Amino acid sequence: MHRDAEHPTPLGRNPGPVRVGIGGPVGSGKTALVAALCRTLGAEIPLGVVTNDIYTTEDADFLHRQAILPPARIRAVATGCCPHTAIRDDIAANLDAVEELVRAEPSIQLVLVESGGDNLTATFSRALADLQIFVIDVAGGDKVPRKGGPGVTSSDLLVINKTDLAPLVGADLGVMDRDARARRGDRPTLFTSLRDDPGATAVADWLRARLPAVAVGS
Amino acid sequence: MLPPAALLLADTRLPAGGHAHSQGLEAAAAAGEVHDLPSLRAYTLGRLWTTGLTTAAMAAATLRACSAEGGADWAGLDAEAGARIASPVLRDVSRRLGRQLLRAATAAWPDPVLDGLAAALPGGAHHPVALGAAGAAAGLDDHAVAVCAGYLSVTEATGAAVRLLGLDPYGVARLVAGLLDEVEAAADEAAAPRALADLPCPSSPRLDAGAQDHATWEVRLFAS
Repeated sequence: MHRDAEHPTPLGRNPGPVRVGIGGPVGSGKTALVAALCRTLGAEIPLGVVTNDIYTTEDADFLHRQAILPPARIRAVATGCCPHTAIRDDIAANLDAVEELVRAEPSIQLVLVESGGDNLTATFSRALADLQIFVIDVAGGDKVPRKGGPGVTSSDLLVINKTDLAPLVGADLGVMDRDARARRGDRPTLFTSLRDDPGATAVADWLRARLPAVAVGS
Repeated sequence: MLPPAALLLADTRLPAGGHAHSQGLEAAAAAGEVHDLPSLRAYTLGRLWTTGLTTAAMAAATLRACSAEGGADWAGLDAEAGARIASPVLRDVSRRLGRQLLRAATAAWPDPVLDGLAAALPGGAHHPVALGAAGAAAGLDDHAVAVCAGYLSVTEATGAAVRLLGLDPYGVARLVAGLLDEVEAAADEAAAPRALADLPCPSSPRLDAGAQDHATWEVRLFAS
């Protein structure tokens, strides 16, 4: 893939397919987002997925069941009691999984690396992820953006999911938007409800725009 | 004297993938065999003098082979290492960890020895072979790499125990300190020059069986 010098933020650092890290707390909708992106982008861009389940291969199994991708396009990595280590301090198993995906399917141009559910301090090594998406949800409380942490403050995209639940849990989306802007400066934030939009259209659009040289639709 | 490079090679923070593996501890804990500091000590000591010694001897022999005229016979060493691992699951783990260690070692100590190994075994070398080659690239001798192997055999299991069982980390540090003489003794035994076929290769049927069983669990925290 051609890497565009006009998109300097970290895209283009790592060889091989573009790797997008997807992190966030347990239950915020990471796997649902991965499934949505596979549905929306899978027909346009040859892609693969690496999941980092904490206990099981549940996330990989979920993707298998959805039959969104062929099984050879999904790899599960075990993380030894510490999902954070596997995406930041010692990324060996994840790099291995990316290499295995590419060996099995050399046409792959995009790999979504889903972290196991973690806390707000989770962040991907730049040697593993070219781009990072951090997923939180309104049901976790509207104070989460204010609490910050590397995922909230420095991810390339912050996704605030489950907006359909906001009235039910008393979360103020305006507060979340204001706090996210304060924490993130110019970095984008998107509000989503994967229940209402199972294709995660806005997130897919954002990602597509970051992959300008991928031959969309070809 | 142990050269400083050994500290990095034996550091469980070296990004070589070891953190995801419990060295059989998860299976032993689930079986109730490891549940406190004394049982962890017994387990760790057993590991050190079985698979730990076998790994250390193979790593030391590999390191010696790196300086052989015409270079090491990588396929031969790899076959010897594989033949010493009874469990198919652990053979797979060994190759995976060997590949991951080679990646980290190549970053830390770029060296024609490591390039030669990667070229000869594109699917990855068994872990003891990769460890021996990494030791050669780092400038260690055979005894130093055997110390690293023995030390890692202990600390990867004790580190997993701290995370899995919530054992007192100070107690575990004391436990590891108390095993260092054993690590030294195992390295002495492992590094004694012998023909490949005569290297010590004690194994632990319990660890082999535990690894085979562990791989079938639906819910597990560690890869092995």
